[in-house]
Amino acid sequence: MTFAGKAAAGIAALTLSMAAAQAETVTVGMITTLSGGGAGLGVDVRDGFRLALEKSGNENLHLVVEDDAQRPELAVQIAERMIQSERADILTGIIWSNLAMAVVPSTVAQGVFYISPNAGPSALAGANCHQDYFNAAWQNDMLHEAAGQTANELGYENTFIMAPNYPAGTDALTGFKRYYEGELAGELFTQVGQTDYAAEIAQIRASEADSVFIFLPGGMGISFMRQYAESGVDLPIVSAGFSFDQDVLPAMGEAALGVINTGQWSPDLDNAANRAFVEAFEAEYGRLPSIYASQGFDTANLILSAMETASVSDRDAFREALRAADFASVRGDFAFADNQHPIQSVYVREVVEVDGVLQNRIIGTAFEEHQDVHGADCQM
Amino acid sequence: MSLALILEQLLNGVQFGLMLFLMAAGLTLVFGVMGLINLAHGSLFMIGAFVCAAVAGVAGSFWVGLVAGLAAAAAAGALIEILVIRRLYGRDHLDQVLATFALILILSEGVRMIFGPFPLYLSVPDALRGTLDLGVVEYSRYRLALIGFGIATAIGLWLLIARTRLGIRIRAGESDREMIAALGVNIRVLYTVVFALGAALAGMAGALVGAIQSVQVGMGEPVLILAFVVIVIGGIGSIKGAMVGALMVGVIDTMGRFLLPRAFALVLEPAQATGVGAALASMLIYVLMALVLVLRPKGLFPAHG
Repeated sequence: MTFAGKAAAGIAALTLSMAAAQAETVTVGMITTLSGGGAGLGVDVRDGFRLALEKSGNENLHLVVEDDAQRPELAVQIAERMIQSERADILTGIIWSNLAMAVVPSTVAQGVFYISPNAGPSALAGANCHQDYFNAAWQNDMLHEAAGQTANELGYENTFIMAPNYPAGTDALTGFKRYYEGELAGELFTQVGQTDYAAEIAQIRASEADSVFIFLPGGMGISFMRQYAESGVDLPIVSAGFSFDQDVLPAMGEAALGVINTGQWSPDLDNAANRAFVEAFEAEYGRLPSIYASQGFDTANLILSAMETASVSDRDAFREALRAADFASVRGDFAFADNQHPIQSVYVREVVEVDGVLQNRIIGTAFEEHQDVHGADCQM
Repeated sequence: MSLALILEQLLNGVQFGLMLFLMAAGLTLVFGVMGLINLAHGSLFMIGAFVCAAVAGVAGSFWVGLVAGLAAAAAAGALIEILVIRRLYGRDHLDQVLATFALILILSEGVRMIFGPFPLYLSVPDALRGTLDLGVVEYSRYRLALIGFGIATAIGLWLLIARTRLGIRIRAGESDREMIAALGVNIRVLYTVVFALGAALAGMAGALVGAIQSVQVGMGEPVLILAFVVIVIGGIGSIKGAMVGALMVGVIDTMGRFLLPRAFALVLEPAQATGVGAALASMLIYVLMALVLVLRPKGLFPAHG
C-alpha cells in the first residue's frame, strides 16, 4: 500500500471510530428535588438541562430523571438504582449539599462521573475532591464570599448573619465571614425547612445590627421575607442569589424589592449564549429562568461538549474533555480550576420590578475570575 | 437581653402554640371520636393555604380567600371521609396509617398538578400590615391577629362541644359509640361532620399561616409532626390537652431556639455555641414529649380515664 493509501485507510478508520463514538448513547441519571419545599429549584435545573438537550438536537444523550424529595436516604437509593440497573455513565442533578455528601463519594468510587449542577460543599472541593467529580455551578462559599465583599462596599459594619444548620449553611457563614471586615451583631443557625422565623427576627430587632445577611434557599427564604416585611424591622438585607432568584421572587412579592444579592449569573447578563438561553427558556416554559435553570443548562452543555470530542467509555479521554469545558456558558467566561470547580466572575444584583415581574438586574461586579480556597487541600 | 426581647419571644411562642392548637384540635377530635389516626391532616392544612392563596389572588381580598380556604378544606375533608376513611374505622391503626399516608402522596401530587411546583403568593391583609406598639414591645399586627383568632377558635370550639347538641353527640361518640348508634343518632353523618370540622380547622390554620409563610406543596407535614407531638403530650383525644400541649410546645420551642445558643455561648466559642445550641433546640420538644411519656404515659389530660 502506498503512503497515500495508508493515510486514506487511517483517516477512514478514524472517521469510523469517531462515528462510533458519536452514535454511542450516554446515559445521564438526574437525581433532583421535584417535590416538597425545594421543588422549584429541582424543576428549574431539570428544565434548563432539557432545554439544552433539545437545542442541541443530540439524541445520543439518554436522560433519566428521578425525584429525591430532598431526602438523603432516598437520593442514595436512587443513585444505586441508576448505577446498577440503568447503567448510568454520569449522575447529576442534586440540589442540596447534605444529599450531595451522601451520594457523590460512593458514586465516583463506583467509577461513575458526577457533575454537580448546584450543590458544592466545601469537603468535596478540598480534601475529598475526586477526579470524576466536577462542579458546573460553584463551590458553596463563592457567592457568600461575594456577599461579604459587597457588605464591605456598602459600608455595613455590624451585620447579623443567619443560615440553616446543614453543610451549605455552615459554608455560607464561613464564606461570608472570609471577606466581610465589619463586626458581627449576631450569628444564628436555623433548622432546615424551618417555616417560622419570629424568634430569629426578634433577636435581629434586639441586636444593634446595621444590616442582615441571610442564606435561606427555597421556601425558607419566602417565609423569612414575608415575616421580616411584617415585623417592622427595616434593616437592609444582603444575600447570595440562592435566596432571591426567579424560583421564589414571585412568591415573595414586594418584600424582596431592592434586596442586594450576588450571583454568577443574572437574566440580564449580556452575552450571546445568555440572550438566546433566556429567550428560549421563556418561549418553552412561559416563565423567566432562575439561576438554577442556568446551571442546569450549562451542565447539559458541558456534558454535550465532552461527548463531541470523546467517548464516555474511554474514561480518561472523556475526563479530559470535561476539564476543557469547551462550551459557551450562559454566565460568560467559564473554566475549571485544578479541583474541577469553576473559576468565574460573581456579580452584584438588585431585585427590581420590570413590567410587573420581579427579577434581578446586575449593578456591579464583586469578583472577577474568582476561585474557591478549598482547592489548596485537594490532592488529585 | 432586654425585657422587650423576652416578652416578644413569649408572644411568638404563644402565637406559634395557638396555630399548632388549630391543627392539633382537629387531629385529636378525629382520634377521640372515631379512633382514627389521620396522617393526611397536614394535606388539609396545605389545601386551605393553596385555595386561600389562589382565591385571594383572583378576588383581591385575603378574607374571601380565608373563607374559601376554610370551606375547601372542610369539603375536601368530608369527601375524603366518605370515599376513604369510612372504610377504615373497623381496621387497625396500621391500616389507617398506610391509607392516610397514601392520601398525603395523592393530595400533594394533586395540588402540584393543579397549582404547579412553585410556591404561591399570599399577602397579609392591608389592615393588619406593620406593627402595633404594645408599650414595652412593638409587635406584628398580623401575629397579634393570629393570637386573637386562635383564642376565639378555642373558645368557639369549647362552646360547641360543651354547650350544643352536636357537642353532646361528639362527647357521647367519644365514650360509647355503639350506645349512641343504638339511641338513634346517625353515627355516619356525625363522623363526616366531625371529620369536616377537623379539616376546616386545619384549613383555617393553613390559610392564616400561609400569609406569612411559603405556600408550597408539602407545607403541612412539618406541622403535622408537631401536632402529633402536641396531642401525645396533651393526651390523645383531649381538646384541653391539645390546648395545653400546643402552648407548651410553642413556647418551649421558641424559647429554646432563642435561649439555648445564648446559654452555650457562655461556655463555648460563639460559632460552636450557635451550632450546638441550634441542634439541641430542635430536639427540645421531643425531649419534652419523652419526659411526659415517662411520667404520664397517657399524656397530661387523658381523655378516657
